[in-house]
Amino acid sequence: MIYFLQHYWWTIVSLLGALLVALMFVQGGQSLLLGTARNKEEKMLLVNALGHKWELTFTTLVTFGGAVFASFPLYYSTSFGGAYWLWIVILFLFVIQAVSYEYRSKKGNILGSRTYEIFLFLNGMFGSILIGVAVGTFFTGGNFVMDKMSITETFKPTISYWANGWHGLEAITVPFNLLMGIVVFLAARTLGLLYVIMQIDSDSLKAKCKSQVKVTGVSFVLLFVILLAALFTKTGYSVNPESGVIAPVPYKYLHNMIATVWPGIMLITGTVLVLWGLGTNYFSSGKHSFYITAGGIVLAVWSILLCAAFNNTAYFVSNCDIQESLTLYNSSSSLFTLKVMAYVSLIIPAVVAYIAYVWRALTRKKISNEDLNSPDSHKY
Amino acid sequence: MFLTTLTDLSRLQFALTAMFHWIFVPLTIGLGFIIAIMETYYVRSGKDFWKRTVKFWMNVFAVNFAIGIATGIILEFQFGTNWSNYAWFVGDIFGAPLAIEGIIAFFMESTFFAIMFFGWNKVSKNAHLTSTWLVALGTAISAYWILVANAWMQYPAGMEFNPDTARNEMVNFWAVATSPVAVNKFLHTILNAFVLGAVVVVGISAWYLKKKREEEFSRKSIKIAAIFGLVSILLLIYTGDGSAYHVAQKQPMKLAAMEGLYDGQNGTQLVAIGILNNKKFKALRDNDSLGFELEKPYVFQISVPKALSLLGYRDVNAFVPGINDIIKGGYKYKDSTGNYVTAQSLEEKILSGRIAINALASYNKAKNAGDEDGASASKKDLQENFKNFGYGYLKESKDIVPNVPLVFYSFRIMVLLGGYFLLFFILTLWLEQKEKIGRCKWYQNLAIISIPLVYICSQAGWIVAEVGRQPWTIQDLLPVQASVSGVSSSAVLTTVILFFVLFSVLLTAEISILLKVIKKGPASN
Repeated sequence: MIYFLQHYWWTIVSLLGALLVALMFVQGGQSLLLGTARNKEEKMLLVNALGHKWELTFTTLVTFGGAVFASFPLYYSTSFGGAYWLWIVILFLFVIQAVSYEYRSKKGNILGSRTYEIFLFLNGMFGSILIGVAVGTFFTGGNFVMDKMSITETFKPTISYWANGWHGLEAITVPFNLLMGIVVFLAARTLGLLYVIMQIDSDSLKAKCKSQVKVTGVSFVLLFVILLAALFTKTGYSVNPESGVIAPVPYKYLHNMIATVWPGIMLITGTVLVLWGLGTNYFSSGKHSFYITAGGIVLAVWSILLCAAFNNTAYFVSNCDIQESLTLYNSSSSLFTLKVMAYVSLIIPAVVAYIAYVWRALTRKKISNEDLNSPDSHKY
Repeated sequence: MFLTTLTDLSRLQFALTAMFHWIFVPLTIGLGFIIAIMETYYVRSGKDFWKRTVKFWMNVFAVNFAIGIATGIILEFQFGTNWSNYAWFVGDIFGAPLAIEGIIAFFMESTFFAIMFFGWNKVSKNAHLTSTWLVALGTAISAYWILVANAWMQYPAGMEFNPDTARNEMVNFWAVATSPVAVNKFLHTILNAFVLGAVVVVGISAWYLKKKREEEFSRKSIKIAAIFGLVSILLLIYTGDGSAYHVAQKQPMKLAAMEGLYDGQNGTQLVAIGILNNKKFKALRDNDSLGFELEKPYVFQISVPKALSLLGYRDVNAFVPGINDIIKGGYKYKDSTGNYVTAQSLEEKILSGRIAINALASYNKAKNAGDEDGASASKKDLQENFKNFGYGYLKESKDIVPNVPLVFYSFRIMVLLGGYFLLFFILTLWLEQKEKIGRCKWYQNLAIISIPLVYICSQAGWIVAEVGRQPWTIQDLLPVQASVSGVSSSAVLTTVILFFVLFSVLLTAEISILLKVIKKGPASN
């Protein structure tokens, strides 16, 4: 039973991670604030179109964190407590985002609207890259030592330590992590461009985004393919569920993708959807490009995250001592807690249903200047 | 030296972010419900006046909501970044309420927030009203689950320690989710938020009256907020009594610190107003046993006889242990099974805690060596002594005594201001009823001054709750020094400074924006 629930919760956490990457179209859109949206009017439209959705992305990030804490607390304590600076920088980038929408155009905001736009840009660009870097550590591991029984050392009872002084910042220098970060950013920016094309009623902005999505979309697909090649040729670490012994396995993630079947099908479907979504934007009206591409990204990211831990794989490898690596079996909550939360997760479809209702209600009509200047508008 | 250790700095960082967070959250909760009531008036009456009123208060709400979210995410991350041992030790219990909070409450708030602010022309009036109520409800549900987690830290229930995983594991979800401490804490906290929201609405409206602007808007806002506030403060006082009772039963050291009570007695008095003799506390901290014995606890005090025994134990003659009694033990108290037992001394508890910790280590060694008998014997020792597990990390008496002056004065500030707000709402409604509120300058000034006072009252409440439970992150099971992450003091000091600067700038911006919004007034809508 616990075996099933550990996998069930990794599936949910991975889904939340995949949804987060797709919803980071908000971050991708924010990265257009410098360079693409040039005049005040375009910035106003861009910020307001994204502003209707930013909280959904933010909430998904918070829930992703909460779900990881609840289902795999040892990852939460080891990674967050060890890779301190990586997470703190991510945190800062999201804190400055949270206030920027509401404060940017308000009188008395002290820092001036330009500063809040820079905050949004920083969050859009580096927030997405660093989240990608953090996700990359699921495949490249971290420099930590972990021993639960350290709790019995009364003078130094900390159960996990980071073995270098960079506390997570060194993850950025790992090529695979950096590539993952750039791919996440390009995915977010591609979706951001498609969202602007779909949602904003401005010919000038639309034309610029149409032209940019050609470069960004193609770059995203190319780098995504390189990332997959790097992933599938990587050595992963397998865990024996009976003994807990961890050992290296060449091409582990390729094996996982083939052995677990469903992630492989999801990855292929996701890739086809991304190509289809981008194609409809290049070669036709692209009315549904955003949704098709976003759906593809969710499936692709979900499948990759499933591969990180399924098929008896250590999902957070200790580069100091691989036997201290984290697996679904040694890092999860208890059977009872996973069971309680599984019941709670039955509410998720209802949550998705009302989010869909609200999304539809707010995106039925494109955002225009007239809309923003109407007496009932709440303008960012 | 002050604040040089990793634990002190980690505590400072958490306190800083929690206190900043609690500046914004109660207003979001309280104002959310007041706005929902006002919008109900709008939908039922169809009058544009109410829509204009709702939209003004929504502007105040929105500015505050954003910064509440910004400071909230830091708290969640900090459980991992700064309190990683704690995150593992209790993640099995603490994580579930947090995840439920995310799935149920956060999505409800953020999704319907979008309708509340951007949906006026996009959904029907009733759908909009429903969204506004759902946002308010979402804030309350969110508060419930995070307070369930907080209450569990003060009164661990529904769990067992698993020596194989070296952590506490949940065995009864309902015992965690509906523990009497959690329910009371939720009610007390949310009612505090309602009172705070009501005082802010009354205070801002009074400012308009003072400036002879927006009389209808101000008087109707005041009336709704004052009724809402009066009902809330009455219930708040009732739940405050419940809080004191739970503290007496579950956290006697916190109660002793709240009262500056060093030596307990039967039929203990309640200090209504008093000044502590700080030398006594200093002697305790300096391990100056002679000085500690000679110094008197108070410089000055006015007390209500037997009231503390009555409040804490529902018996005017009950024995209330003081700080000294808890350190020395030997008094009788009723345990969780309802039986009278003799309290252990701190020395005994420390010894017992060390036996528990050593037994856990022995259990693990025996398990690894395949020695089932040894493992079984160690497990028995661990179970017998586990209730004192956290004491094994402590060394001396001062380790279990919180900052008595801080808790003592915070408690009095909270209670006195709570009493003041009861009178304030009664006065407000009386003046409104007599139609004097628009002319009464002194009242208008009083209402404006009440805004900072309600924030002080609210923060003081949290100081009592959180400083009062020191040194525990989990009562009796895990002290703060065994909860922190393995990062350097300098790293935490850097982030403390960064957070402080960032929050101060954002708070200044928030206040500045709010002042502009208020100055502009509802007419602009």
